[in-house]
Order: sequence, then C-alpha cells, then structure tokens
Amino acid sequence: MRNVSKSFAGIEVLREVCLNVAHGQTVSVLGPSGSGKSTLLRCINWLEEPDSGEILIAGVRIGVRADGKTHMPDRELARMRARIGMVFQSFNLWPHLSVIENVTEAPIHVLGMAEDEAIGRAEKLLEKVGIGEKRDAYPYVLSGGQKQRVGIARALAMNPEVILFDEPTSALDPELVGEVLAAMRALAEEGMTMVVVTHEMAFAREVSDEIVFIDQGCVVERQAPEAFFDRPQTARARQFLSRYT
Amino acid sequence: MNKWEILWNHREMILGGFKSTLVLFGVSAIAAFLLSSLIVLAIRTGRAPFGRVVRGVVDGMRMLPFLIYAYLLYYGLPSLGIRFDAWTAGFIALITYHAAYFAEILRGTWATLSTGQAEAARAHGFTTFMMYRRIILPQLVLRAAPVLGNQVIICLKDTAFLSIITVRELTAAASAVQSQYFIPFEAFIVAIGLYWLTSMLIEALVARLGFAAERKGLGYKLAAVRR
Ligand SMILES: Nc1ncnc2c1ncn2[C@@H]1O[C@H](COP(=O)(O)OP(=O)(O)OP(=O)(O)O)[C@@H](O)[C@H]1O
Ligand SMILES: [Mg+2]
Repeated sequence: MRNVSKSFAGIEVLREVCLNVAHGQTVSVLGPSGSGKSTLLRCINWLEEPDSGEILIAGVRIGVRADGKTHMPDRELARMRARIGMVFQSFNLWPHLSVIENVTEAPIHVLGMAEDEAIGRAEKLLEKVGIGEKRDAYPYVLSGGQKQRVGIARALAMNPEVILFDEPTSALDPELVGEVLAAMRALAEEGMTMVVVTHEMAFAREVSDEIVFIDQGCVVERQAPEAFFDRPQTARARQFLSRYT
Repeated sequence: MNKWEILWNHREMILGGFKSTLVLFGVSAIAAFLLSSLIVLAIRTGRAPFGRVVRGVVDGMRMLPFLIYAYLLYYGLPSLGIRFDAWTAGFIALITYHAAYFAEILRGTWATLSTGQAEAARAHGFTTFMMYRRIILPQLVLRAAPVLGNQVIICLKDTAFLSIITVRELTAAASAVQSQYFIPFEAFIVAIGLYWLTSMLIEALVARLGFAAERKGLGYKLAAVRR
C-alpha cells in the first residue's frame, strides 16, 4: 500500500499511508477511535475507494486497470477481492443461510468449486474453529463468539492470500473474546498473512510481527511489538498506550 | 331447467374462462416478479440518472388506476398507431403494473437489510449481480413474503378487469352465461368460488415461505421478539 489518501466530505481520514505486509506476516493496526483504521482496511479490498495512492495485492494493483487510470470492471474487482478475506466487527453473516451454507456460498458461487468439495472443506474449517456441531444452525441462534468464528471460517474457505480483521472481538462479551482470539492465533501460527485492527493489546503484542500505530490518518509508528509496547517513540503512542495499562 | 343445471351445461365455457384466468395470472405474476427484480437492481445499483428515471416510471405506474391503464393500452394506443390484441394488451398491463408494485415492496424491504451483509458479499468476491441474486433477493422474498403474497392476490383479481378489454377470462365467461339466462347470482358465485380457491392456494404458498423465514429467524414474529 503506497501513499494512500482518503477524505470523506472534505475531511482527510487517511494521509499518504504506506503499509507493507509481507507474506505470512501478521500486522496489527492500532490507534485511537476515529483514527482511520477501518477506512485503511476497507481501502485494501476497495470497499472504500482511495482518493489517491495505490494498493497492490501480490504485485497486482486493485481497483484500477493496468493503464492506471480507468476503474476496474465489477467482475475483475470481484476476482481480486476473492483473494482477500475479511472478518467484520459486526460479523455480517448472511442470515438466510445456515452456518455451513455461509461457509460454502462464496467458494461455490464465486470460485466455482464443486458442491461436495466445498462442503467437505467447510466442515473441516468449522471443526478447526471449534463449531462443527453448529453446522446446520442459522446465524440468529449463535452467540457472538460463534458468529465470529463462522465469519473466520467463511473467510478461510476462500483460501485467501491475506485476511483483514476489523476489530473482530469488539462486539463480543469479554468471556467470548478468548475463543475468537484463539482461532486467530492458530491462523497466525500457520503462517496466514493477516492485517488485524484490534484493541486487544496483549493479543497484538503476542501474535504480531509488526505493529502499525496510526493517529489522525497518519502512520505514526511502525515497530516490532516488544519495541512498540516497551519503548514507544512518540508522545502520541505513549499517550495511547497509557490508556491500556 | 334449474339455474345450477344451466351453469353445469356451460361448464366448459366457465372452466375455459378459468383456465384463461390462470394463464393470465400465472404468467403475469412470474414475469412481473422477474421484471421487478431487475427494476430494483437498476434502482439500487444503476448509474445516477438511469436509476432515478426507473424509479420515476415505477412511481408513475403505481399511481395509475389499473383499469384505465388497461384501457389505454388496448383502446388508446391504436390512435398512436400501436395496436395490440386483447391478450397481449392484457399481459403487458398486468406484468408492468404489478412489477411496479412488486418493485416498491422489494425496494422498501431492501432498505431494512443491514449494509454489512452486502459488504461481506463484495468482500468475498461476489459481483454486484451475483450478490443480488444469491444474498439480497432471497432475503427480500423471505422477509416480504406476506406483502408480496398480498400483491400476488391483487394481481389475480386484476385479471378480471381484462374482461372489459374483451379478454375471455373467468369474469367474462360468468358474465356471458348470466346475461344470456339471467342467473347473475349463481354465475357470479361460481366465479367468486374459483377466485377464492386460487387465492387460498396462493396463501398456502406464502405460508410456506413464512415458515422458511421463521426457521431462519427472518420472520416477523421472531424479529419482533428479538428486538
Ligand atoms: N462512509 C463515511 N462517510 C463519512 N465519514 C466517514 C465514513 N467512514 C468513516 N468516516 C469518518 O472517518 C473517520 C475515520 O473512521 P474509521 O472508521 O476509519 O475510524 P476507526 O479508526 O476505525 O475508528 P474505530 O476505532 O472507532 O472503529 C471518522 O471520523 C469517521 O467518522
Ligand atoms: Mg473501525
């Protein structure tokens, strides 16, 4: 991600943001509320169109055609998004589909995977995030923690090159946070490439390869986790961290 | 001859009319629904002027009395040099008129869906059309089933207006028999019975959709309890 800027109604939310996530790495994005973390994440898969700058996924530019000017057609943009997983703060499961259907929907109808294969893979993924027994339930009966684990399985089912997490535990009761973080920790250990916006400092410290701290739309610090938490370089980061200790 | 016997002797005419009614209704309701699905997609995702124009046409259509619309198509358009036979005019009237109403129902229901679901669909690689077909539209139908069912029944009843533009459907058949033998009560009772029967079948279908919606937590009752 290079020099990405984005404004809403004249207010600059992202300013010349650069971000590099190497394959297999987990990068945590921290920052105060309203600093532009969600917008940053949503620019990566073009849910928000940046005003300037460019975003490359495994070397291919998203949202813009090869000529660098014209918009990517719907179909091509969709194909690129299929390679980027996303897990939402408010889960955003599809309520008319059962758990297993939520997980197989995109592999079957976006990737064109055979139904049997998609179901087999989905069952394994649900097992892996610990909700195999909820296979045929509908989302409205699940707890928040279960919903979010379905959300993670749904993203994984696409075999993405990177997964974006936007505060995946912020809408959860404290006792449910652990189960979601455990699933994410396992993914990070397997070498999944992840960009995580979170307020879970202990998790960020333990799991991340790098911490990116943003404030008012600017990347203020970019450090290894120990360095960031133990020796923040800037006053803004120190102030931010003081609220969590 | 007994009045009911007269009707019995003309059963082929009445059943023929009933069959025409069913064809008019069935084809029109399905076509209107398909058309309305496309209309709603155009309103919600079409480029700026296009979506607004479609919306305007839909609103204009809904404000028209159906009978006058049918008259206009059958008796009015020939003066502009456009001539349809009665069936064609009838189909066009039913399909476009009810598509406008279906579209309004679907559009209003869409406004109640969380935007997050559509975002999740996009993030998982759905094109706009596939997202609509697989994620949005099924939910619109489930959530709006009772209201859509109501509109389908209105569509059935509106086929009766087509007797006035000379379509030989159920009302026209009943009318023809009653005026020949002067048995209006019996003839119309039979027609009403057949309309009722069809409506009850529609209601049964809607109820099944309602059960499906409830099973998924999308029904009205459950939604109300959860709030
Ligand atoms: N669609 C939008 N239209 C207008 N303003 C927006 C929009 N999305 C975000 N903003 C504004 O941009 C700023 C950054 O929002 P963003 O959601 O990226 O912050 P955040 O860092 O994710 O905050 P939080 O921690 O509360 O989720 C906020 O001031 C917000 O009000
Ligand atoms: Mg946010």
